[in-house]
Amino acid sequence: MKAKVLTVAPASASRLTASLLALFALTLLFVASFAQSSQAIEIQEVKSPNGITAWLVEDYTVPIIALNFAFAGGNSQDPDAKLGVTNLLSTMLDEGAGDLDSEAFQARLEDLTMSLSFQAGRDFFYGSFQSLQSNKDHTFEMLRLALNEPRFDDGPLERMKAQTIAGIRRSLLRPDALAGLTLSKTLFPDHPYGRPSQGTEDTVATLTSDDLKAQRAKIFAKDNLKIGVVGAISADELAEVLDKVFSDLPETGDLVDIPDVEPVTDQDVHVDFDSPQTSIQFALPGYERHDPKFMPAFVMNHIFGGGTFSSWLYNEIREQRGLAYSVGSHLIPYEHTSLLMGSTGTRPDRAGEAVDIINQQMNRMTESGPTPAELEEAKSYLTGSYALNFDSSSSIARQLTGIQVQELGIDYIDKRNGMVEAVTLEEVQDVAKDLFDGKEPTFVTVGQPES
Amino acid sequence: MTGRSLTLKALALGLVVFASPVLPVAADTTGKASIEDFSKILIGGTDVSQTTLDNGLQVIVIPDRRAPIVTHMVWYRVGAADEDPGKSGLAHFLEHLMFKGTKNTPEGEFSNMVAQVGGQENAFTSQDYTAYYQQVAKEHLEMVMGYEADRMANLLLTDNQINPERDVVLEERSQRVDRSPAARLSETFDQVLFPNSPYGTPVIGWKDEIQALDKDDAIAFYDKYYTPNNAILIVAGDVTAEDVLRLANETYGKVEQRADPGSRDRPHVQIVPGDREVSLQSDQVAQARLQHGWVVPSTTTALPHESEALEVLSDILGGGANSRLYRALVVDDGVATSAGAWYQSTALDDTRFILYASPKDGVELDDLEDKALSIVNDVLENGVTAEEVDRSKRSLLASAIYAQDKQDVLARIFGTALTTGGSVEQVQTWPARVAQVTPDQVRAVAQKYLSETSVASYLMPAATPETVE
Repeated sequence: MKAKVLTVAPASASRLTASLLALFALTLLFVASFAQSSQAIEIQEVKSPNGITAWLVEDYTVPIIALNFAFAGGNSQDPDAKLGVTNLLSTMLDEGAGDLDSEAFQARLEDLTMSLSFQAGRDFFYGSFQSLQSNKDHTFEMLRLALNEPRFDDGPLERMKAQTIAGIRRSLLRPDALAGLTLSKTLFPDHPYGRPSQGTEDTVATLTSDDLKAQRAKIFAKDNLKIGVVGAISADELAEVLDKVFSDLPETGDLVDIPDVEPVTDQDVHVDFDSPQTSIQFALPGYERHDPKFMPAFVMNHIFGGGTFSSWLYNEIREQRGLAYSVGSHLIPYEHTSLLMGSTGTRPDRAGEAVDIINQQMNRMTESGPTPAELEEAKSYLTGSYALNFDSSSSIARQLTGIQVQELGIDYIDKRNGMVEAVTLEEVQDVAKDLFDGKEPTFVTVGQPES
Repeated sequence: MTGRSLTLKALALGLVVFASPVLPVAADTTGKASIEDFSKILIGGTDVSQTTLDNGLQVIVIPDRRAPIVTHMVWYRVGAADEDPGKSGLAHFLEHLMFKGTKNTPEGEFSNMVAQVGGQENAFTSQDYTAYYQQVAKEHLEMVMGYEADRMANLLLTDNQINPERDVVLEERSQRVDRSPAARLSETFDQVLFPNSPYGTPVIGWKDEIQALDKDDAIAFYDKYYTPNNAILIVAGDVTAEDVLRLANETYGKVEQRADPGSRDRPHVQIVPGDREVSLQSDQVAQARLQHGWVVPSTTTALPHESEALEVLSDILGGGANSRLYRALVVDDGVATSAGAWYQSTALDDTRFILYASPKDGVELDDLEDKALSIVNDVLENGVTAEEVDRSKRSLLASAIYAQDKQDVLARIFGTALTTGGSVEQVQTWPARVAQVTPDQVRAVAQKYLSETSVASYLMPAATPETVE
């Protein structure tokens, strides 16, 4: 749910709309910054002759097709010595495939006015595709090439490594990114989740095309593939496309078993960084997505620090005291652990105060909990806002993939609001005690040393 | 509980029942979409309507029936560039304070009502406009219109609300600007690129001027600019123009004109003599970055065809992996890790055309700069090819179709245009104008505007001990 958002559209993919909207990115200042939440919808299940399955929402209103997919196996599958290989793989699939070298492939992508992008998550490898209806045979062929016949030529490989390393260096000098890296390392010191997802400068520098081939063979397989499609395409047409694009992939991958892990709590880590604002992140164990307590915890977190102008953290830290511009918390159910995580940023001389308030609000949630009215308001928001996640082809395709990845079932959409409605005050109080009572979160602060 | 539950089955049905308002675009045998077909697309579809209420409020309706959702936005024709000298950040500060309640509505009630029906809301400020929006299930449109109309005229502020909110804005400034060397240098760059123009002043404001803003400043600004005759209501989604107009008359129609903000004549940017360079060196910079900026006309200030030609030019020069800058600097010469260019087309006054690049390890910024500028000079001297122009046009025009997929994006396209001097007709026929751009026009705007001296900006890491002599 929150933060397990399948953001599968890095900068390159957004270019098509960006050109019309070049204006917005510039100087817009919002009254608040929001994380986005992600949910799902009800669909046709399409099975191809060769046995590839996808969920489809047919829609001819706008003559476009959006397709999203995910393979199980993200950057937690990186070998220790090859950290960053899955991320690098995600940058190399559109850098030449089949007979097309990098330049030819990129030129063809633009000529076809399509978008194609890939992203490595912790547990999954995501792809996102958008095409006009009229040239879909050509655009699906580009997707097939990227997945099945990537070239990994030396020239583009060196370019992508240089760009990745530049990104890694930049992130080490950004307080929020540095806080995130430090938090992961502190929570999961001996586990793949604790490692930097893009790798390090040293590991990325050593990666080769053979490493990319090996990682691709490990992850890209039919038995761990989920696909969501929305737009101007029929079930029959889609069935053909599925076979063409995906059926040459191997039946099974070769994923390494990742052990389940409990996050290390009660750590306070400070990283000195000369900045007018201290970045604060904290985390505690959460619930696995299929845990019956997940939904009560989801509702509880909405009241505690979720994404509206009304959460306790928002009210106490921002509205009452003006300590921060952005503050919030979310549940992160990974495949092998789960977290309740939050973040904010405040002036250095009041960072301690912000940390105290976060702890106080956890105590308040444990001791008195929300009022019945707060619970009703939270449920009202969470059920009412569900439909807003289905406002465009690409966002629906993302939901279709997400719901399959999380194995929530094709009827999840019908059941989901009922599950929220069914959460009781007692359940919320129980999960609050279970999550917060007697627990000490791990806190990371990045900023000037506190005097 | 309120009747907020949207039936998602209805939503799924909605996705297939309604007829296509968007013309299909044919592709040739190689899969390239037809520019001719693209040129016929009307942005927002054929059902976009516009009208003006008696009190001067402009109303735009963009029907999109695919989901029972509406995006409701009110745009004011006022932004940071309309602030008085010494009051930087006021437009944005007022935007924050607009959430503090009115004489009819206690603080938090509007936001709580939006949250209770599962709506999303926010607001944003730029140099030229300030806008407020909610996205809700369509049955709640009347509710949000009522509250938004109320805060157009009845804002009520106390010092107890103002003081913490000012701190919030200062933290926002720290988060966005003060802790980032790149963002700090970009403030310097804007100052130098836009002498005499308010566009040189940051939207969020200078720190000491934010600190000095008070209730009287906010209310005076509000009373001058927040009036129906200075606002545009945009509703996109599952609505008809008739319904929106009826609801608008019942809500916004009751708000009286509060002021006449007058024309938006700002001091014009001056091209001042002499080389202009800005630089910032910091140990918090990981990678050097070079930027050149030129002052160019916006869609509003340009002569016919110029703005569209500048869009195509920016795409050919630096719009992605096929652009000249990326191909030459990143791919062929391997001297940069990134390179590109962009043009901000929508602005009330003259605007910017930006070129940027980051050097690869071991490459001097000066060398990269020479190479980057020689690519610009090549366009000035030899122009661009018809093939490049066609590719860029397809790229730009396809965005018109993809934008059609998102009602909030459409609403923003219209809002931005209408608050920066554009019209509904201009927005709708943008594809037709882009389709007409010729290679000669692209070369002509390049020669006319990029021959002027640019402002250079250098972001640099701290010198390492090895390089300090």
